[in-house]
Amino acid sequence: MNLYVYTLRRLLYIIPVLLGVCAIVFFLFSVVSPDPTLIMLGKHASVQQMEELRRELGLDRPWFIQYLDIVKSAFTFDFGRSWSTKQEISTMIKQGAIPSLTLSLPAFVISFVISITVSLMVAFYRGKFLDKIAVFGCVSMMSISSLAYILFGQWFFGYKLGWFEISGYDYGFPDFIPYVLLPILIWVILGLGPEVRFYRTVLLDEIYQDYVRTARAKGLGEHVILFKHVLKNALIPIITNLIISIPFLILGALLLESFFSIPGLGAMTLNAVNASDFPVIKAMTILTSVAYIIFSVITDICYTLVDPRVRLR
Amino acid sequence: MAAVEQQSKSLWQHAMGTLFRDKMAVVSIIIILFYVIMAALSATGIIVADWTEEVGPSYGPPSMDNWFGLDMFGRSVLAKTIKGTEVAMSVGLIASLLSLVIGVTLGAIAGYFGGRVDEFIVWFYTTFTSIPNIMLLVAITFISGKGLKAVILALGLTGWVGLCRLIRGEVMRHKDREYVHAASAIGAGNYRKLVRHILPNVTHIMIINFSLQFQIAIKSEVILSYLGLGVQGRPSWGIMIDDAKLELARGVWWQLAAATFAMAIVVLAFNILGDSLRDALDPKLKGK
Repeated sequence: MNLYVYTLRRLLYIIPVLLGVCAIVFFLFSVVSPDPTLIMLGKHASVQQMEELRRELGLDRPWFIQYLDIVKSAFTFDFGRSWSTKQEISTMIKQGAIPSLTLSLPAFVISFVISITVSLMVAFYRGKFLDKIAVFGCVSMMSISSLAYILFGQWFFGYKLGWFEISGYDYGFPDFIPYVLLPILIWVILGLGPEVRFYRTVLLDEIYQDYVRTARAKGLGEHVILFKHVLKNALIPIITNLIISIPFLILGALLLESFFSIPGLGAMTLNAVNASDFPVIKAMTILTSVAYIIFSVITDICYTLVDPRVRLR
Repeated sequence: MAAVEQQSKSLWQHAMGTLFRDKMAVVSIIIILFYVIMAALSATGIIVADWTEEVGPSYGPPSMDNWFGLDMFGRSVLAKTIKGTEVAMSVGLIASLLSLVIGVTLGAIAGYFGGRVDEFIVWFYTTFTSIPNIMLLVAITFISGKGLKAVILALGLTGWVGLCRLIRGEVMRHKDREYVHAASAIGAGNYRKLVRHILPNVTHIMIINFSLQFQIAIKSEVILSYLGLGVQGRPSWGIMIDDAKLELARGVWWQLAAATFAMAIVVLAFNILGDSLRDALDPKLKGK
């Protein structure tokens, strides 16, 4: 099979997956979920009130129309209005995207640079004391609840030492910086454990390959081997991992945003969860899923372009 | 002189031998057993049955009488932490068993039967992984009503995908091996070939995955508690950590510290045990 056919097939596969995502969202929020009118009106609502609200929200229409609505929204990104703020959801998303990105983009880049540096160091000293300490450190760091990091970080650096803003946000270029510094720091620390562990495994996978032995046999130094040979080959899984984590940047850091009162998409989603605002939850679920599906296709296609050994089946 | 009988070790004996020679693994097992015993004792009411009792002033700091201090209602944080093992252990155990059953069943069916069935299951889990985990967790807890059952259900229903994928791949590789052909030659049906012959050969994947899933479930309980979707009316580590968001500003750090510490130790133990199990059971991965 050649690359074009493969790409086309991979692109066509988006359709059943997207329909499936819509089906799961529909099933969760329209079939098995508790009656939203009951949540919105409270216990003492009359039957008539509930009927009216159902009509207003379009919940009285046949199920396949409701399902088609969800499918349509996945393509048009027109998600209707929020139940709690009555705002257009696409406008809410546009507003929330900027604060989210000011936090998640720098955090993503800094976190990657630091993790890859540490893992290169660890891979260089593999099997030695430093490596063992680093591996144990990673596992220990991963064992602590992420909520504990956020709470402690906010209290210690923000409140006790007063180095950073405790919470809040300002729109506009230099103004937002003081507010995102601490969340970024916590993000980087949270990511360090799992990322170093993953990159170390990837690097070590390459280090024990035959071509490395050949390189060593022909007298190359360890530095040249690590940076020119190993890193180049290890880049494929590393970049794959990077691309596939981009969609999750949309949700930003749910917890970080809500703790530091950054009015981004993550905080918006959590507010929607607290307010049982189904349209917003559905919209964010679909949006992230669509992004994930698209980026996984991109990764797959890149993979076959970069690595000819990947057999196209 | 009696002849020395040299019996060769089975795969499992060999694995157990490797595991028990690994000091870190043994320590991890002891820690996990300790937590399990604590959870069992507290569930049966033998210890900390009186955790609701007021033993001192509100937010009393750690002292000789109360090592981990007191909470808002003057209850012992130590007693609450021990009571919290109950929730953590039951969430970890039942949720990871649930995802184990789902993952193995779907993975084995997809890998063994192939064709349409396989395509359907692959489509299903591709769809499932496309939805961010946190949204699924929220949706499922939301639907099944707050509480312990909802937390377990949500974590169990979301944790199976990785295992399903692994089992599918392994079963696929095994189904055309000679021993499976031999089994069909003596008249074994699909069910017997799959359950009696192939699955025992992929058990190691299940064990490793179980140990990893256990700690993921314990950690996720905290997030659900923060979202207000956690267990209700009884102490859990998640609720204790969540409570700390109002306490820290008053300098009350002990509830956060106790719950985080209790959780980190057992999660660390499961992490190390998971790695050791992988080394012991999957010799191909040695040294990585």
